[in-house]
Amino acid sequence: MFPAIPNPTTDKSAARFGDKDLMRRSASTVTPPAKRQTEVAKLIDVSKCIGCKACQTACLEWNQLNEEVGINVGVYDNPHDLTANSWTLMRFTEYENPESGNLEWLIRKDGCMHCEDPGCLKACPSPGAIVQYSNGIVDFVKENCIGCGYCIKGCPFNIPRISKADHKAYKCTLCSDRVAVGQGPACQKACPTQAIVFGTKDEMKAWAAKRVADLKSRGFDKAGLYDPPGVQGTHVMYVLHHADKPQLYAGLAQNPRISPIVEAWKGVGKYAGMALIGLTAAAGVIHHLLQGPNRVTAEDEENAEKLAGGKS
Amino acid sequence: MSTHDDGSGAHLRVRRYSGSARINHWIVAISFVLLLLSGLSLFHPSLYWLSGLFGGGATVRWLHPWIGVVLVVAFIGLFLRFFAQNLPERTDWVWLARIRHVLKGDDEYLPEVGKYNAGQKFVFWSQSILVVILFITGLGLWEPGLAWVEKTFAFKATIDQLRIAALIHASAAVIAITIWIVHVYAAIWVRGTFSAMTRGFVTGGWGWRHHRKWLRKEVDEHKTDRPRVTPAE
Repeated sequence: MFPAIPNPTTDKSAARFGDKDLMRRSASTVTPPAKRQTEVAKLIDVSKCIGCKACQTACLEWNQLNEEVGINVGVYDNPHDLTANSWTLMRFTEYENPESGNLEWLIRKDGCMHCEDPGCLKACPSPGAIVQYSNGIVDFVKENCIGCGYCIKGCPFNIPRISKADHKAYKCTLCSDRVAVGQGPACQKACPTQAIVFGTKDEMKAWAAKRVADLKSRGFDKAGLYDPPGVQGTHVMYVLHHADKPQLYAGLAQNPRISPIVEAWKGVGKYAGMALIGLTAAAGVIHHLLQGPNRVTAEDEENAEKLAGGKS
Repeated sequence: MSTHDDGSGAHLRVRRYSGSARINHWIVAISFVLLLLSGLSLFHPSLYWLSGLFGGGATVRWLHPWIGVVLVVAFIGLFLRFFAQNLPERTDWVWLARIRHVLKGDDEYLPEVGKYNAGQKFVFWSQSILVVILFITGLGLWEPGLAWVEKTFAFKATIDQLRIAALIHASAAVIAITIWIVHVYAAIWVRGTFSAMTRGFVTGGWGWRHHRKWLRKEVDEHKTDRPRVTPAE
């Protein structure tokens, strides 16, 4: 058992992190705080998940969201995809292991991974619509969101969704409001098997190491921790029995990173584009200074008169 | 054609654009400038303040695609009006080969050109292509537009395709803006040009200097059915 996070007191307590702890802010330059807060992380142990969807329910409840009643198409996934209201989703995969011949039911709780190098934030054009706190939480700030959907293009995990109701982007907040008062996320609180645990990133890595060792002793010799280095690690991590094949788990990215297309668009493209426009405008000014206007002369007018006169 | 007293003596006046062509042009021009301002506000954070001209980022986000639709419709009008006169000719290559003289304003060393020179034709064709590219990629970046395309053509765009659409949209916009700068600059640099798009007329001297072949044709065609002098305005 991972030690449970104690229940909060009813006393009012100040938020443990806020605007002074911003490491990154979309479309803005911020000076990161001199001292970083202890990084937090949520660890999802896929091998312990029983697919009860208590986490989905807890998420809806805590965040006061309502999901539409869906349609059964013969799969367990409900809803069928992440939505602007469902910030987390159990994705079910039936996998026939060719080595053991076993049918394995792989259930992965999908949602925002809270990347250390967040692609959504990189793509976002609206100042302050996406922020990253020094404890690792990547949060959307609704008031600043313009609903452009660039975060969807930036995300290596295909997580954010735009609401059809208010045209703003939504995703898991890692319950930043709960974490701010020393609580774990609602999904973690609701999980009956401790498939979801929450703590500092170091604690989660240490706990994951124990779980991986346990899985290996049970014959899952490829078990491991999913903390992808392509996005400099994440603050939501998975323990996978088949860590060598993350795609088995409903297409979890093998080596996620910010797409080079997004890097080109939001990196060099931004500066090259501005430079090209600026240089063209400057070339016009310089040309005019050196060359002066191209004026029609009196001779030109006379010639035109002659031409017209001769013809009419 | 008519004589027109502008204070410096009577100049021949030649009609260059009809009223409807000018209205069509200015619809395209105004929507282009609005697209430029709203698009740039989301292109680089240092230009985000431009979104304030439209009432904030959220407004820019829904308005920009609709202005784009207006531009596309109006641009089709311009295209149909002007494309025949923008077809390439042999003299275009001579003109381009003497681009140095063009930049120096030595029009006497250039071949006689028709209604449009090679530079204007370049602007026409490149903007025509870029409008198509911007429209198609723009649909991919526009939720209602994408939903409509996906429904109509029964496919689902991948995220990578949308990323490419975003990159191409931004690149094409930058190129279109630079060509637009060239277009506006040329109109400023070559004095006497603006009246073509404001009043619809240029002076005969302007035609003689920059578009002599066109002027000859206008003179030929109008000689029979129009008096050379109309009553003063």
